Amino acid sequence: MSVGRVSGIGLAVLALLVLEETWRQRLPLGSVASPGPAYFPGVLAVLLLAAGLAVAALGGGPRVASLEWGEWRHGVAIFAACAFCALALERLGYRVTIFIALGFLVRVVERKSPAATLAFAAALALGTFWLFDTLLRVPLPRGAFGF
Amino acid sequence: MLDVLQNLALGFSVALSPPVLFYAFVGCVIGTLVGVLPGVGPLAGISLLLPATFGMDATRAIVMLAGIYYGAMYGGSTTSILMRIPGEAASVMTCIDGYAMARRGRAGAALAIAAVGSYVAGTVSVVGLMVMAPPLARVALRFGPPEQLALLLLGLLVLAYMSSGSMLKALAMAALGLLLGTIGIDQMTGYMRYVYGVVELGDGLGVVPVAVGLFGVAEILATAGAPTPPAVIKPRLRELLPSRDEWRQSTWPIARGTVLGFLVGILPGSAHIIASFVSYAVEKRVSRRPQDFGHGAVAGVAGPESANNSATSGAFVPMLALGVPSGPIPAVMLAALMVHGVAPGPLLVHNQPALFWGFIASMYVGNVMLLILNLPLVGLFVNILRVPYPYLYPAVLVFSILGVYAVNGSVVDVWIMLIMGVLGYVLRKLDFETAPIVLGVVLAPLIELSLRQSLAMSDGRYAIFVEHRIAAALLAAGLGLVLLNLYTFARRGLDWRARMALAEKGDSP
Repeated sequence: MSVGRVSGIGLAVLALLVLEETWRQRLPLGSVASPGPAYFPGVLAVLLLAAGLAVAALGGGPRVASLEWGEWRHGVAIFAACAFCALALERLGYRVTIFIALGFLVRVVERKSPAATLAFAAALALGTFWLFDTLLRVPLPRGAFGF
Repeated sequence: MLDVLQNLALGFSVALSPPVLFYAFVGCVIGTLVGVLPGVGPLAGISLLLPATFGMDATRAIVMLAGIYYGAMYGGSTTSILMRIPGEAASVMTCIDGYAMARRGRAGAALAIAAVGSYVAGTVSVVGLMVMAPPLARVALRFGPPEQLALLLLGLLVLAYMSSGSMLKALAMAALGLLLGTIGIDQMTGYMRYVYGVVELGDGLGVVPVAVGLFGVAEILATAGAPTPPAVIKPRLRELLPSRDEWRQSTWPIARGTVLGFLVGILPGSAHIIASFVSYAVEKRVSRRPQDFGHGAVAGVAGPESANNSATSGAFVPMLALGVPSGPIPAVMLAALMVHGVAPGPLLVHNQPALFWGFIASMYVGNVMLLILNLPLVGLFVNILRVPYPYLYPAVLVFSILGVYAVNGSVVDVWIMLIMGVLGYVLRKLDFETAPIVLGVVLAPLIELSLRQSLAMSDGRYAIFVEHRIAAALLAAGLGLVLLNLYTFARRGLDWRARMALAEKGDSP
């Protein structure tokens, strides 16, 4: 199948999910003259459904199988590092979390030397904390030991 | 006119006094820093520093806060051009061609054009603010909910029409963005929509995590693992400044962006963001080489950067002339004035001439300061590109996470950024543009509210959009764009956008 067809079907399915969710959350639809909270999302979902079906009908683009996803390993590692940051930021504190995430990305993913990794991760974690938290007074999370 | 010049002389006598000059400089420096750092936009910067102005007199306070506002507009382009991460939401469009210029070794030129465009727009729009504030403010007040809805819909259609790929795909992306923009509390009834118990989603999806995710994180996901990661660029000194041809290409976009940004800035809503989107669309439409857009078109940097800076002055028109804020940033500045016992409104210019004209004059001075501050920094900033990519992208990720977290102090925003990053990566693979999604997220609350307010005004009659002449004209223009596209489709011919898309893929139409 072509990229156009697959993406069009994907958008149409997403629109149907939104419509189903709008109905499941029992949001009042209101009327054409007096729209309720479900009206605008409902209309948009119908528009997205129509656009998705039109994109699917027109097709176009290369075949999905021909798309190159060679960077997926890197992508998963980067996603994992970011997800770790989101999970650990308020538990371990900013400095420790960023140090670990950078250490993982530079040492494990990019295979740089331990000394370079250590220097880079420590400088960035501590430097950005000083810039934002100390200098700009943007409160950043601290961990169990206030670090 | 003589009155204006006399008043301006009074203003300069205030603005050039050492204490006011000092606070203007502090505001410009902080604003540039706030703009350069991804995520921390002018609203956050001004809000954080508002308490620090309580001990100052009103003139110094408003001059410093205004310096932060337009300083952030100057600085916002830096990370957009160098790393494809919007420093603030109004710099989203600069990411597209600014980053492409940087990858071609023209980062210095892009930064210089952005700085000069911002300077010209900032200075010229202050003249507009000075001369036309009262009449323009009255026109802006005629923009009720029906006119606003018509304008917003036209903006969306223009952007979809001007996109380089298919209009259908762009409209689908705009619809997706608008849908994402409906997440959160319904402003009219207080119903929670699609929040799944996550309290932080009640305020809706923030523009910053969405923009940083769709542009910055998606770019990193797509390029970090590529067989040939982006090469290290070592800019030479003579490459830092734009060539004569690049200056020539940027002249008219700067002029158009200035006028457009000022006019859009007067209108209520997130004007500086919308101004940059509309400017990009206009530049692409009037360009003789629309195929260059997305690949490092100078006009794609000059136009939007001028427009978002000009819009900052435009936003001050209703605030100063009528005491009506046109968006969240002027609202905070209005609050700052009121804290100091100044009553904003039509009488401000008569009751507080030193403050009013001192503020106007300080904007001229501030723009000169920002140009002097930013142009020499171009050489410093482009050195970021010398950092090898295995070190650069983790650092960019850290700044993205930090900037997004700093806006609300919430990890939910970090998750949103991450999800948007994956979405942006997949959409890029499937040949969809992501800019309409960002615009949709910005516009959704405004469109929905103005639609429902219009219907409340007219007792549910849609005829209100025809009865209001400005709204009718704007809607007719939008309908014209759709019909034009349908006509092209019906003739089964390829219009310039389709030809462009095919040319990019190496096929001939």
